[in-house]
Amino acid sequence: MATETTTRAKLRWGLLDAVVVVFALIPVLWIASLSFKTPATLTDGRFIPREWTLDNYRTIFDTDQFVRALVNSIGIALIATAVAVVLGAMAAYAIARLDFPGKRLLVGVSLLIAMFPQVSLVSPLFEIERQLHLFDTWPGLILPYITFALPLAIYTLSAFFKQIPWDLEKAAKMDGATQGQAFRRVIAPLAAPGLFTTAILVFIFCWNDFLFAITLTSTERARTVPVALSFFTGESQFEDPTGAICAAAVVITIPIILFVLFFQRRIVSGLTSGAVKG
Amino acid sequence: MSVNATPTGADVAAQAERAGGRHAAVPTQRAGRRRPPLSENKRAERRLGWLLCAPAALVMLAVTAYPIIYSVWLSLQRFDLRFPDEREFVGLENYLTVLTNEFWWTAFGVTALITVVTVAVELVLGMGLALVMHRTLVGRGIVRTAALIPYGIVTVVAAFSWRYAWTPGTGYLANLFSDGAPLTERASSLAIIMLAEIWKTTPFMALLLMAGLALVPEDLLKAASTDGATAWQRFTRVMLPVMKPAILVALLFRTLDAFRVFDNIFVLTAGGNETSSVSMLAYNNLIRGLNLGIGSTMSVLIFITVAIIAFIFVKLFGTAAPGSSDDERR
Repeated sequence: MATETTTRAKLRWGLLDAVVVVFALIPVLWIASLSFKTPATLTDGRFIPREWTLDNYRTIFDTDQFVRALVNSIGIALIATAVAVVLGAMAAYAIARLDFPGKRLLVGVSLLIAMFPQVSLVSPLFEIERQLHLFDTWPGLILPYITFALPLAIYTLSAFFKQIPWDLEKAAKMDGATQGQAFRRVIAPLAAPGLFTTAILVFIFCWNDFLFAITLTSTERARTVPVALSFFTGESQFEDPTGAICAAAVVITIPIILFVLFFQRRIVSGLTSGAVKG
Repeated sequence: MSVNATPTGADVAAQAERAGGRHAAVPTQRAGRRRPPLSENKRAERRLGWLLCAPAALVMLAVTAYPIIYSVWLSLQRFDLRFPDEREFVGLENYLTVLTNEFWWTAFGVTALITVVTVAVELVLGMGLALVMHRTLVGRGIVRTAALIPYGIVTVVAAFSWRYAWTPGTGYLANLFSDGAPLTERASSLAIIMLAEIWKTTPFMALLLMAGLALVPEDLLKAASTDGATAWQRFTRVMLPVMKPAILVALLFRTLDAFRVFDNIFVLTAGGNETSSVSMLAYNNLIRGLNLGIGSTMSVLIFITVAIIAFIFVKLFGTAAPGSSDDERR
């Protein structure tokens, strides 16, 4: 390892680290700070609130608008994640383990979809979903989310699957385990971390979407939080929506912060292995 | 190693080239090789492979290929949902309308400007961040965790944070740096949109670049160092050449992603003061204007533009990684 880790070098790196951390966190802390300000001090322009209050949070959880959107966001993202991970795992297993014609075509198609301009789908999907009565429903959003999450899931999972020592399965069978036991006891535990990492990445993607959510919904039936947030603006229901918007923004940021805090290593390895490494 | 579905930089290049450039040729390509009769086992393996891939492939094609074709069909019609009776086939008239419209070209210019500036800045900052995340001697976990927050945070949330930061009176930045209202002027609005984009996506760029950094052999750096190479020389002569494929992959994905810019503009300016991107304009025509014909025309034009950008990058890839593309196996 490094032989001359002088205090000076450590200090220099520490300073750089601090710069990165500050830049990454300031906008998050700012919106959190706004969400705790009282209406009277909201426009004082100070970074740290002078008076703290939880009123903004009470307001949003009292309105149907936000609670419905939160339920929609969670439900849609969870279902889309589950389906995308299952379909992705099937395809990734085939890509990592089996030899069949068309494999490269599938990988190529996934790559094309990863590069696809989503806005190009907005007009046709709007019309198609209206005809199929999928417009403004959960499945109407889940379908495009699955589609655009699949390339991510397939790349990440096939990278993980390639690293699994599959010979262990054979060894377990030689030791008398059945096919099912070998899968459950040996392969599943090895594959679980990869599946879990992929699920986090896919969930973040679905949780984040704004374009599909704003074009393919029109009421509270399927509207997700990012869209509901943008509609808080100018509603007569709140005198000044700023505090409410910030509180809602903080609420939907919490899961992201938790993922990042607890699974930083997994997310980094998932993103780097799926994207570039061979 | 080369028969590998997970893309290395070169593999991505090769795949993109195959998929993009030789679309139609793919199925026939392998007809020549491997003709001996298949064993029962082999055939079962093929069937299982197809079965496992079919659901994913079907969903992906049903939600992208069919709509984009449908979109071409819609773009050839006069189709305004406010006047459904006037729907008729008009050929390329919509394209003429859009391509001679100054709003379209303004939006196109704005999108191109945002794409070029943000990707260039992100490449530099992302490289710096990748080096910090990869080589820092202290607090590696903290830096990586912090850097993941902009990546993970909902874009709309971040956009609101920037908007309030620059709102006169309310915002800490507005009070520090300006005495007007920056989000009501074109130049400053564009600058803030770019700032928001760069903050949000630099970590992603950095993570892709970090994967490339991990491939740089440590001995090579040590050897260069003992031979008297300065830090800058080690960076430009040793690291950059090894990282070239990773850099191109990162640039490709970020460029295409930047070209789709929508969320930040929607929240920060709503497209006011001529800050609309092409995505914003297509959205406005569709949802506000309910004009499916024009909206679809813009969709198709954006699709074509992105395809051209991707094609140019793939050409670059091709020259960037000679020998590592799998031409010899064709």
